[in-house]
Amino acid sequence: MERITRFTSPTVAWPADDVDTDQVIPARFLKGTARSGWGEHLFADRRYDADGRPRPEFPLNRPEAKGARVLVAGRNFGCGSSREHAVWALQGYGFQAVIALSFADIFRGNALKNGLLPVAVEESTHARLLSAPGSAVTVDLEAQKVTLADGMGASFVIDPFARYCLLNGIDELQFLLGQEEAVAAYERRTGPLSGGIPS
Amino acid sequence: MSEAGPRTLFDKVWASHVVVPATADTPAVLYVDLHLVHEVTSPQAFALLRERGLRVRRPDRTVATMDHSTPTAPRRPGVPIPIPDTEAAAQVSALEANCRDFGISLHALGSERQGIVHVIGPELGLTRPGMTIVCGDSHTSTHGAFGALAFGIGTSEVGHVLATQCLLQSRPRTLAVEMDGRLPPGVTAKDLILALIARIGIGGANGHVIEYRGPAIRALSMEERMTVCNMSIEAGARAGMIAPDDTTFEWVCGRPHAPKGAEWEAAVRSWRTLPTDDGAPFDRTVRVDASALEPMITYGTNPGMGIPIRGTVPDPAGNATLQRALAYMGLQPGEQLLGRPVDVVFIGSCTNSRLSDLRQAASVFAGRKVAPGVRVLVVPGSQQVKREAEAEGLDRIFRDAGADWRESGCSLCIAMNGDRLEAGQYAVSTSNRNFEGRQGAGGRTFLASPLTAAAAAVTGRIADAREMLR
Repeated sequence: MERITRFTSPTVAWPADDVDTDQVIPARFLKGTARSGWGEHLFADRRYDADGRPRPEFPLNRPEAKGARVLVAGRNFGCGSSREHAVWALQGYGFQAVIALSFADIFRGNALKNGLLPVAVEESTHARLLSAPGSAVTVDLEAQKVTLADGMGASFVIDPFARYCLLNGIDELQFLLGQEEAVAAYERRTGPLSGGIPS
Repeated sequence: MSEAGPRTLFDKVWASHVVVPATADTPAVLYVDLHLVHEVTSPQAFALLRERGLRVRRPDRTVATMDHSTPTAPRRPGVPIPIPDTEAAAQVSALEANCRDFGISLHALGSERQGIVHVIGPELGLTRPGMTIVCGDSHTSTHGAFGALAFGIGTSEVGHVLATQCLLQSRPRTLAVEMDGRLPPGVTAKDLILALIARIGIGGANGHVIEYRGPAIRALSMEERMTVCNMSIEAGARAGMIAPDDTTFEWVCGRPHAPKGAEWEAAVRSWRTLPTDDGAPFDRTVRVDASALEPMITYGTNPGMGIPIRGTVPDPAGNATLQRALAYMGLQPGEQLLGRPVDVVFIGSCTNSRLSDLRQAASVFAGRKVAPGVRVLVVPGSQQVKREAEAEGLDRIFRDAGADWRESGCSLCIAMNGDRLEAGQYAVSTSNRNFEGRQGAGGRTFLASPLTAAAAAVTGRIADAREMLR
């Protein structure tokens, strides 16, 4: 896992509300068994027409979107299916963070486990981001702060343990594997058939 | 929540699964009793185990099946089942190899217990009250109908559970949904959950575990409770739960993995301690009068965009999401959906593919024919549901009416297996998601109950099934 501290990038905005993970990556692309190669399918049915040609009006297809590593989304981004492929597609395309008004729970968890930062901001910050399309933002995980091109800063909340893991390049699996003794003790205490209920 | 005071069902199941409590710096380590695995969200997790030289810690608590990308076309016994899509075939083979290599029991395509993962878990008695259950699938919330804490996880977490049988979890908040009264005739569990989501919105329960409570919930059968809990995720909930009672115990008793004899008696005694104590606090409460509900149907492109079957499409009033949804669906504000022609009807999915769903649909099909030009797929949730339906002749009712009687799987709910809508087609579906392109690129979905879907199949239009039941 690579360490993440802070980065600066131009933004691209697609501020629609309730963008579900079927929009992020349609199910028909989920047949692969690898972790890579998902970026080309990101927002497939929004980005391309039925013949596979880029739709010029879609934000990611505009020339100024090239190189943007931060997506500005709307409310409840990533709702629906638990597919982690949605996160892999965003990262495969090149995104390092999604700034939104809010996130669906499973998507937020999946993003954090892969180092895609889900940054939830207040409406005022969101509005400023949208009023300056394409302008750069700095996302500082250590300080839990986004800084806009106009110098305005806003703090954001992020799960403290996920933040610790990302800052230090530790993955959660390593931490869980370290709990083996406690897990074995739990299993001895609860027994094989109990379904976790002390019998 | 105080440990000593009255506790909710969720509090009890959570507390009994905490391996290491949360600290200021770390979330709780939560034990997983049952891990269900399918072909689409697991290959990368198994690859991670191989990369790191890890084993599956508890293969005996892990059960796999294949359902998402498997074909549902009718097949002949003893003949190998072709998977025309080579990528899907590779994914299915990968699951077979992973289960073999890591010692996991697999209900493979063609086996007599294969089916949609959320149908076979309960059916096999793997799903029991008080358990924690996870799966790389958001509709894992289904299993909450038994008083289990069951939720969907991503592939990274699938890897965590395979390797450690645990997850790092921060504690969700609780939402009590009090369902008063009784559902009127012709109004089903599907209508109840669609009505709730329409009311609180698709992000309305984000961060919460729902407990469905009240007389309308107590009166539901287990299969109806599964329909309700299944769609908890469509309101954004982490999970949905219903306290176990005699209805639950009767349903679980005698199933292949259910405890037997003295163990059964002991299990029921402990399960009776699970329901929420009187006065236990919830973070939020929503009340719904079930007796005032009507059959529901969605008009838009998320499950929260639902209206009563005789209602009209709302005016977006400047809401860009709604405007886009109506444009995609080809609908006008103020329009009634009733009477609108449909191209396809899908009866199936982890929401509505159990025996009672098929019986309800068959009650409408009996003595009627599928309307000309309408394609109807009836897809049982599992091979067992298929056998039971055939034993009571439901398959003949569907076939005689002109519907397609298929093999078990997710089918047209997720459109990964060849069953899909063509661009522009309208479908009435008993599944759980009407997102743009969910049932095929450009396809347009109306979510509804099996009764409403069957009524659409035989009339060729969106119809009020209550008129056919009289």
